[in-house]
Amino acid sequence: MNRTTKSLRYVLKRLAQGVPIIIAIIVLNFFLLHMAEGDAVDVLAGEAGSATPEYMAELRAKFGLDQPLPVQLAVYLKNVAVFDLGYSFRHDMPVSQLVLDRFWPTALLMVSTIILAIGFGILLGLIAATRLNTWKDSVISVFALITYATPLFWVGLMMIVVFSIHLRWFPTSGMENIAAFHEGWDRVVDIAHHLVLPTITLSLFYLALYTRLMRASMLEQYGQDYVVTARAKGLTDRRITYVHVLRNALLPVVTMAGVQVGALIGGSVIVESVFAWPGLGMLAFESLFARDLNLLLGIFLLSSILVVVVNLIVDVIYSLLDPRIEVS
Amino acid sequence: MLDFWRLYAKSPSAVFGLVVLIIVIILAAVASLIFPEDPFRLAGTPMSGPGENGFLLGSDTLGRDVAAGILHGAKTSLMIGLIATLAAVFIGIFMGALAGYYGGLIDDMLMRVTEIFQTIPSFVFAILLVAIMKPSIESIVIAITVVSWPGVARLVRGEFLSLKNREFVQACHTLGMGDFQIMMREILPNCLSPIIVIGSLMVATAILIESGLAFLGLGDPNIMSWGFQIGAGRTMLRSAWWVCTFPGLAILATVLAINLVGEGLNDALNPRLRDRN
Repeated sequence: MNRTTKSLRYVLKRLAQGVPIIIAIIVLNFFLLHMAEGDAVDVLAGEAGSATPEYMAELRAKFGLDQPLPVQLAVYLKNVAVFDLGYSFRHDMPVSQLVLDRFWPTALLMVSTIILAIGFGILLGLIAATRLNTWKDSVISVFALITYATPLFWVGLMMIVVFSIHLRWFPTSGMENIAAFHEGWDRVVDIAHHLVLPTITLSLFYLALYTRLMRASMLEQYGQDYVVTARAKGLTDRRITYVHVLRNALLPVVTMAGVQVGALIGGSVIVESVFAWPGLGMLAFESLFARDLNLLLGIFLLSSILVVVVNLIVDVIYSLLDPRIEVS
Repeated sequence: MLDFWRLYAKSPSAVFGLVVLIIVIILAAVASLIFPEDPFRLAGTPMSGPGENGFLLGSDTLGRDVAAGILHGAKTSLMIGLIATLAAVFIGIFMGALAGYYGGLIDDMLMRVTEIFQTIPSFVFAILLVAIMKPSIESIVIAITVVSWPGVARLVRGEFLSLKNREFVQACHTLGMGDFQIMMREILPNCLSPIIVIGSLMVATAILIESGLAFLGLGDPNIMSWGFQIGAGRTMLRSAWWVCTFPGLAILATVLAINLVGEGLNDALNPRLRDRN
């Protein structure tokens, strides 16, 4: 068997593993919907009775609430499969439409955060590991320890106090200055300007994580036999570090990036509600206040699926980069 | 015990963490002595800065004493962190021990469940659980427990897998000991140290989750907590920075201290790992 069929087979295997997890999450979602007070339709209709009785009756029939539980579950699965997540009366929109609209700001925030956190995390970890037990190493380690222990919402608020209120460098909230009617390039710059503080806030925690991971990974690689070989054949320390050790040390950091996506979504709920960034997290915060439980369930479902998909993509990329992975 | 302390005390940061943690515990213990009144009560002039009008750390828009809130909040955070962690460790040991000891189908099934719980974004899940159960101290503890047990289960499973075929376990089988007895009295004590380490770090995570939930307005409305104080203070960030700042420092100090203690325990309980670096 050549390598391409092998990796194709691996991709298919991982896909097959992802599907049952997604189905299990949908089933869990269904039971959470049932755990909520009252009948699922009350929840679906937004709890406040803002829905008309006709619509409630229609919903009951649609979700088959007079049917036994397994039938209800089947109907629910069918609805989710066509991405019908019910209706949000607070927003007067289907939940699926709402979560998809709000997905892109979150994606933008997450991608910029991952780039910043991994980039600087690798850099700081590298510096700490190559200058082991010097003041630089200590400063970086203390920095990582402290950011690891700081609640994100507090960092966000302190950022606003310092950089928005006192220094006036960045806006306090939102994604763009809508009143300014920016277009084209100006709009990109405006959004980027709004993106700075949320991104820094969200990346701090992961920055700490990747720094520690990168440092540990580098130290582990330094102990390997190939480093001794490289040294024996007379390579300089620089070359050993940057050509040999660095490349191998990067692998676990890349894997962690995939594993941490779930935590990143949790963090973005907090950061988005601090900076009023109009993404999924902000939507979750709003739905808490509006007591729009069905919307919250929709966000939960979408973010869980997102984690499965991202993990899958990371695994596949990883298997292409490092053929040894298939063995385990 | 003395040996253990000598190993632990080798690391200055671990000792520092322990000192800070003890201070936090003492402050939480004396909260009701220093501030016997309800921390939600109007205590004086609203929006007083730190040191003004008899408020050490200032007051908020409703004239609540920030310092009183911090001490009472310490009680909340430590209690929720500890109870949720104990519950999660208990469930994790149960699931992990069964999966690791019996292997096969039980292992497959339990690990599938664990995997699903690890995939779900835990903080979003916690928000959802508290929102469904209505915010109260019980629902917060349950939510944190539900999102934190999988890590323990994986760890315990790994330990049980590696220990179950050792000679001392085989000897127990020959002696005719029951499975439950072997698991709890023979294998479990041998994997206590990694469980203690992961448990101590989980208390820190639990406190962070609890403060995040309270910040979003999902705290128990009748109990003072640091996250609630920060959430309530954020609207007047411009004019009263102290309302948000001090509770945040309290969270930072507590979580940092617990993390340092956890790392210290790790180094002291696994001397081989420490000597490697």
